[in-house]
Amino acid sequence: MQMPDPDAGVIARRDDIAARLSGAVADKSAVITDPAETRVYECDALSAYRCAPLAVVLPSTTQEVAAVLRICHEEGVPVVPRGAGTSLAGGSMPTADAVVIGLARMTGVLEISTDDRLIRVQTGRTNLSVTGAVEGQGFFYAPDPSSQLACAIGGNIAMNSGGAHCLKYGVTTNNLLGATVVLMDGSVVELGGPMGEGPGLDLLGVICGSEGQLGIVTEATLRILPKPEGARPVLIAFDSAETAGACVAAIIRSGILPVAIEYMDRPCIHATEDFCGAGYPDCEALLIVEVEGSEPEITEQLSLIGEIAHRFAPLEFRESRSEEESRRIWLGRKSAFGAMGVISDYMCLDGTIPVSQLPHVLQRIGEMSAEAGLRVANVFHAGDGNMHPLILFDANAPGDLERCEALGADILRLCVEVGGCLTGEHGVGVEKRELMSAQYSDADLEIQMRIKDVFDPHWLLNPAKVFPLATSAPRRDRHAA
Amino acid sequence: MRPDSEADLAAMIRAANGTLSITGGATRLRPGEGQGARIDMRGLSGITLYEPEALTLVVRAGTLLADVHKALASEKQMLGFEPDPRPGSTIGGVAASNASGPRRVSAGACRDAMIGLRMVTGSGEVIRNGGRVMKNVTGYDLVKLAAGSRGTLGALTEIALKTAPVPPQRATLRLSGLNDPGAIAAMTVALTGPFDVTGAGRLPDRTVILRLEGLPGSVEYRASALRRALTDRGDVQIVEGDADFRTLRDYPRTATAVLWRIVLRPSQASQLLAGLPGRHAIDWGGALIWAEAAPGWQPDLPPGAQADAVAGTVQTLPAPDPVTARLNAAIRAEFDPRGLFAGGS
Repeated sequence: MQMPDPDAGVIARRDDIAARLSGAVADKSAVITDPAETRVYECDALSAYRCAPLAVVLPSTTQEVAAVLRICHEEGVPVVPRGAGTSLAGGSMPTADAVVIGLARMTGVLEISTDDRLIRVQTGRTNLSVTGAVEGQGFFYAPDPSSQLACAIGGNIAMNSGGAHCLKYGVTTNNLLGATVVLMDGSVVELGGPMGEGPGLDLLGVICGSEGQLGIVTEATLRILPKPEGARPVLIAFDSAETAGACVAAIIRSGILPVAIEYMDRPCIHATEDFCGAGYPDCEALLIVEVEGSEPEITEQLSLIGEIAHRFAPLEFRESRSEEESRRIWLGRKSAFGAMGVISDYMCLDGTIPVSQLPHVLQRIGEMSAEAGLRVANVFHAGDGNMHPLILFDANAPGDLERCEALGADILRLCVEVGGCLTGEHGVGVEKRELMSAQYSDADLEIQMRIKDVFDPHWLLNPAKVFPLATSAPRRDRHAA
Repeated sequence: MRPDSEADLAAMIRAANGTLSITGGATRLRPGEGQGARIDMRGLSGITLYEPEALTLVVRAGTLLADVHKALASEKQMLGFEPDPRPGSTIGGVAASNASGPRRVSAGACRDAMIGLRMVTGSGEVIRNGGRVMKNVTGYDLVKLAAGSRGTLGALTEIALKTAPVPPQRATLRLSGLNDPGAIAAMTVALTGPFDVTGAGRLPDRTVILRLEGLPGSVEYRASALRRALTDRGDVQIVEGDADFRTLRDYPRTATAVLWRIVLRPSQASQLLAGLPGRHAIDWGGALIWAEAAPGWQPDLPPGAQADAVAGTVQTLPAPDPVTARLNAAIRAEFDPRGLFAGGS
């Protein structure tokens, strides 16, 4: 992975900078410079690319984050914000001259108001523990990325994370009401408000999904929802991908809005069966459709889904009858990524396509996979077209990673060609920045970079992410000069 | 000026040397807006793509909202949010004003349904952001920035929107005779329980209205469950359909004096309601209050609340803090470096 040359001047001043940073935090152990300890921060979940940072700071309050940023701003030091490090696109990969600001110590709940349907938290708190803080009162936080046990709300906001249930509840941007944001110069701004509305432009909307390049979100006000009375999945097996895709379209057109529609193909089903034995049928493609509500409502929805599915002559229509059966229906899907990891190294793509293009894209992926001589397994959120083709390769075989990356880029370009996009939920990070010009024109990228200029004129926050390296070079050089 | 293509519009903006106002039906202008030369966007109309099975619609900005509704209704669908339908209103005006009706409590605002756009900036450049898929984190989300920007960043030319199935059944629960705290409490019960309420408000005649939508059996089940939850709060009447919500949605257009739009937390609403001078209505479960008042009156805002006078005189409370104001001005300057686009705020 090509990264800009680190600023030698900054690296030479490491000790002075670290000393100043120590003065900005109450707990001196919050500043880490020992190479043995900064190792943990060399990469995020895209572990193929690594670089040790200049230093790591783990602040405890918004004021400390502001003080640290003010110092980095004055010293001209790049800053890489980090939630829990679960980014799959290298969104928090450091550079050698960068200070990593980790949110791991900022996990507090600041306020809960069930009457106002909101919770205010520090953004180092994990996604699942936000629900944990309100479920006793009958509420939950809706966006549910698969990494929800580990990932931090700050990272969710940076990546505008989604999850299996976003078909009904939307993604992070649809559930974020307000944020305390520290800008690169150390100024603190409150964005949003009741119902997410603030004065003037929707700045909260542009911060969400900006991959930590516009500011560091230290506190967030999140919408919470009353828990539905119950939920039940159904598993539907088909003998072809086309039929499964057609069934998804028919369900959505019928007017029922399930909370999730998940898809898995044969290679993925086989791998998960070997891994966890969920008892899935032997078939080309299967769907897991989940509906919510009271018992009579669930029955009403599932009987309609049954009528629709049977028009497509499914190999099996397995309606859950108990908590245990529901758990087993979800087990394979939830274990899919781990299961694939057991049989092979893999690269997980994240392209999104219009649902109508599903059969065409699956067929093309099959052809491209055969041409490249690399196996591809598919598991994804079919309701919203967010695909996760997994390209299997051997990390120890010379040239395999490169072939895998080339096939991945071709598949993502295919997604864009059919009207989709490069990334539905993982973000661009360092991984897909060079592909940005496949989706956006120079003018489209220029206006985005001008937004960055407004928030971070010297391009110090999370540098070398999102935009093609050559495209952003003049702006980064302007700062260096 | 009335461009009939995006290229035409871009040329007009490049050639402009004075104040411009981008308008569709000009039905949502606020005091102070609409100055200078008008660019009438109604020449850029028509649906460019509609995929009912993907719940997505791509439409040119000058298309009449009524025509959008008609096209969706033919597939038993509707917009994923609920703008008030003013005669002559265009989808561009809806997007530029982030018009979001009662359904906002469940489905979100117009901005939440906006997934992509094309626009012409103040430099006359055509840009595209987002796309036509529901999940997209490719680059910065300028779609949200443009939603509600009231024509101050550029002229929207094409908008991609989420649609939703029209629920086969609708019912409204009506409660009358409640005082202010009682009305807010009834809405809070409805919105904090497992009833999936898609609208909660109070009409100027003080009737509290709660909407349930979905499959017939489900609506029936939830209506009786919600009625039970509200029994000790007064007499609950259940009526079919949602005519009352049309009345609530249209209320701002019927206001006669200065109209304030106040957004606050529902838990703050009772206190504010007690100090209102005249006719008013409540939406979004208590988070939105429309209040009519005489010129010169100002609301006594609780912490965090926002208020705009949207008809009559120009006023926004509180003024944005200096950092937010600076960011707003700087972003406007990047989109519109020559300061062509007039804006009330």
